[in-house]
Amino acid sequence: MTTLLGPGIPVRQVPPVRAATPAAAATHRPSEGSVHSWDLSTGVDGPGTRFVTFLSGCPLTCLYCHNPDTWKMRNGKRTSADAVIAEASKYVRFIAASGGGATVSGGEPLLQPVFTGELLHRLKHELGLHTALDTSGFLGVRATDALLRDTDLVLLDIKSWDPDTYRKVTGRPLRPTLDFARRLADLGREVHVRFVLVPGLTDDPADVEGVAAFAGGLGNVSRVDVLPFHKLGEAKWQALGKTFTLHDTPAPSPERVASAREVFRAHGLHAV
Amino acid sequence: MTATPAETTVTERAWKGFKGGLWRDAVDVRDFIQRNYTPYEGDAGFLAGPTDRTLAVWKAVTDRFPEERAKGVYDVAYDIPSTITAHAPGWIDRGKDLIVGLQTDAPLKRAIMPYGGWRMVAGALETYGYPVSEELEKVFTEHRKTHNAGVFDAYTPEIRAARKAGIVTGLPDAYGRGRIIGDYRRVALYGVDRLIEVKKEEKAGLDALPAGNRSLEETIRLREELAEQIRALGELKAMAASYGHDISGPATSGHEAVQWLYFAYLAAVKEQNGAAMSLGRTSTFVDVYLQRDLDAGVLTEERAQEIIDDFIIKLRIVRFLRTPEYDELFSGDPTWVTESIGGMGEDGRPLVTRTSFRYLQTLYNLGPAPEPNMTVFWSPSLPRGFKEFCAKVSIDTSSVQYESDELMRPRFGDDTAIACCVSAMPVGKQMQFFGARVNLAKTLLYAINGGRDEKSGAQVGPATGALTSEVLDYDEVMAKFDAQMEWLAGVYVHALNVIHYMHDKYAYERLEMALHDRDVRRTMACGIAGLSVAADSLAAVKYAKVTPVRDATGLATDYLIDGDYPAYGNNDERADEIAVGLVEEFMRKVRKHPTYRNAEHTQSVLTITSNVVYGKKTGNTPDGRRAGEPFSPGANPMNGRDTHGYVASALSVAKLPYEDAEDGISLTHTVTPDGLGRTPEERIANLAGVLDGYTAVDGFHMNVNVLNRDVLMDAMEHPENYPQLTIRVSGYAVNFVRLTREQQLDVLNRTFHGSL
Repeated sequence: MTTLLGPGIPVRQVPPVRAATPAAAATHRPSEGSVHSWDLSTGVDGPGTRFVTFLSGCPLTCLYCHNPDTWKMRNGKRTSADAVIAEASKYVRFIAASGGGATVSGGEPLLQPVFTGELLHRLKHELGLHTALDTSGFLGVRATDALLRDTDLVLLDIKSWDPDTYRKVTGRPLRPTLDFARRLADLGREVHVRFVLVPGLTDDPADVEGVAAFAGGLGNVSRVDVLPFHKLGEAKWQALGKTFTLHDTPAPSPERVASAREVFRAHGLHAV
Repeated sequence: MTATPAETTVTERAWKGFKGGLWRDAVDVRDFIQRNYTPYEGDAGFLAGPTDRTLAVWKAVTDRFPEERAKGVYDVAYDIPSTITAHAPGWIDRGKDLIVGLQTDAPLKRAIMPYGGWRMVAGALETYGYPVSEELEKVFTEHRKTHNAGVFDAYTPEIRAARKAGIVTGLPDAYGRGRIIGDYRRVALYGVDRLIEVKKEEKAGLDALPAGNRSLEETIRLREELAEQIRALGELKAMAASYGHDISGPATSGHEAVQWLYFAYLAAVKEQNGAAMSLGRTSTFVDVYLQRDLDAGVLTEERAQEIIDDFIIKLRIVRFLRTPEYDELFSGDPTWVTESIGGMGEDGRPLVTRTSFRYLQTLYNLGPAPEPNMTVFWSPSLPRGFKEFCAKVSIDTSSVQYESDELMRPRFGDDTAIACCVSAMPVGKQMQFFGARVNLAKTLLYAINGGRDEKSGAQVGPATGALTSEVLDYDEVMAKFDAQMEWLAGVYVHALNVIHYMHDKYAYERLEMALHDRDVRRTMACGIAGLSVAADSLAAVKYAKVTPVRDATGLATDYLIDGDYPAYGNNDERADEIAVGLVEEFMRKVRKHPTYRNAEHTQSVLTITSNVVYGKKTGNTPDGRRAGEPFSPGANPMNGRDTHGYVASALSVAKLPYEDAEDGISLTHTVTPDGLGRTPEERIANLAGVLDGYTAVDGFHMNVNVLNRDVLMDAMEHPENYPQLTIRVSGYAVNFVRLTREQQLDVLNRTFHGSL
């Protein structure tokens, strides 16, 4: 599969993630987390209009990441769960009428599983909002069953079916994401899969077919978003002094995106 | 009133099949609608496309647009002062027009209306290279006084100074005030003769007043006005007759109902060059007639749509001759032919009919357009099919604005329409004295500079003493600001009283007022501009450290800001409460001053496109805005300072209290298509949801643009490729390519909310 990669795309070495077990999380409920920002968005971070909290820190370093400013946990702002909930509470009346909910995103929210769990719990039970967790699944093992019970919808990025490609894109192994997806299926949690189509990187037909077959077999995937690669985040890389290696990669043609969607549809999935 | 047998026959035929009620015995259009309309709860599937005839007529008009755009005007009837009957009849295509009538004898040919002021007419004619008749000049400067001349006779030096400095600005002292909506439906329902009879009875009622009241100035004025109204109705009949239509009796069919309605509106725009010449709430009224014809099998859907399409073509080509100064203020040649669509009835039935859909369908059949100003009265209770069609039309055309039916219905009833952009008024029962707006951002600078103008250095406001501390102190600033606002409110209401006294006297809206009840509710519609600049400046003073930079005369001309401050537009109480406080406080101050004809005080937070001009006239402000930089439009937060998405921004605006801004609070949002969702269906559902949400949090008005910035940039470079590109600005819509370059840049620089 490596032959499909452009010559300029390096395979990176990324340090291992420190272990944090669900057991440890259960004994301590910090009331603070590292938050990058919050935002209201419509139709892009789950269904309807949503209050989105972006947490700081991500173990992945995706080549096409459009928010590299959220990679480092230390760059976020120490924020109490109370403050996040207070901010979200201002939108409950609006969201109740508009449809939507709240999404915990990042960065990778499961890098702060206890804080994330507390947010989801309170968004759902105190504010009565539909909750979504936006994750790569790489740290899915850190999500407790309780956290997942407080999560109405998981927005799961499956960035490639090929382990080598996945590692090239993210710097991490694919396996934990697939394990997490299977666990969500066992628990019957609703999932939206996201797949970013990058020419020369993730658009190998076998790769697309692999993700589609896997997602179609899970039984809990209600939607697949096939997202065409774009470079709108490139300026952020430059601002951080990082090299955006996909500078010369074009956006996929609409036809290519449409045919990728067809591959998912062939597996009985609702792909958009 | 006694009808002759012949009249009875005509009326009975016209009203055949309609359910009776109060409306038969008294002029009561609402009652007629309520008893006879058929709510429609389905989707847009029934709608018809344009006929070849419609496309041909529309093409005949649009073919003239490039020349109009290039020259500024297509043509001018430069030597005939316009009246209802002054111009010979005209057609777009005599053989093809379904709804007939033009303002002059040819399409896009503008009329002159000198009663408002001769100088504006002469100035406009000179601008566009038309001869200025010496004879007319003599008439309107020596023999017949105008509104404008009257106003300047009675202005005080203080008003003149405030006007010159641009702290009170955009006043309708040099143009028609507008914002009066005749109940044009009355002509279709009752015919002109019946309306004349009613007006005669109203006048006779005044004669019966006790002697003491009978000879008071206000009664004498009203008697004269009623006489003028009766005369205008007679002229309306004569004008229709020149097109071969006898409108003395009621309309007998759907086609006639639209034609009668249009004649009435046409008479108004032949007589008045008002800043906003709004249409009212006509679609559901018209639907009663179209539905009767459809039920009787004498009308097809295609023909019904064709009638509406032709009517809308006529509304799209209403034109007024205006001066460059006016265009700078209200860019894009707007006429504010506002039509209010939808809403809920007081009995809980939606006021949505198939014709509500048909009006919106014109935006597909004829393409997007700024006029008529399609205004949907939004309620979460509206039928889903209608909501989704509205959202779809918005996404496809950016030509629709939304106003909260939930805020208006309890206050004004369910037969309310919007005049201009955001001004609600029950049709035929209420009018307003339009008052433009004052510049609150400049007022704040006056507070800091002790009433001296930051640009000229002149003492314009009261000499409250310049602030001399090195760093601005919030309480000190607020105390001076309060004093300056107190003064401003007084000067402002005084100016408006003068203007409306003179407008009634010299440029009375005879026809429009003939289509009102005799005793109307009047509002004195004040307004504020620069709200976000003032609020953010005060937030900066309060939460950061603001140091004025003073010139040699002690005048603060710039500000150094040390630290961050919370900005209005992020649903942050610290900043938003300042904005709310300003709205409440200025309203309180305005209410202290007596008004002409005892009009009730209201105010709006609306700028239209004048935010650019106000910005130009205002120096550096303590929020960091540079001198000359445009204000945000209407009640919008300043560009780029609302950093948490458009919902957070909208929630800040929704906090502004409607009870203290009953003339409307305007919010304009521009979203990229991606900012609403990924599929067309999703975008429709999500936009409808956003409108439900905004209504639920007491938001009043939302202009929705769904656009990519790239499209606008390309349109600036290649206007010829975008003749119909429409964009909503504060409260109305314009052809983007007809905006000044400055205005285009302002639109481009506004926050585009998208997803990344």
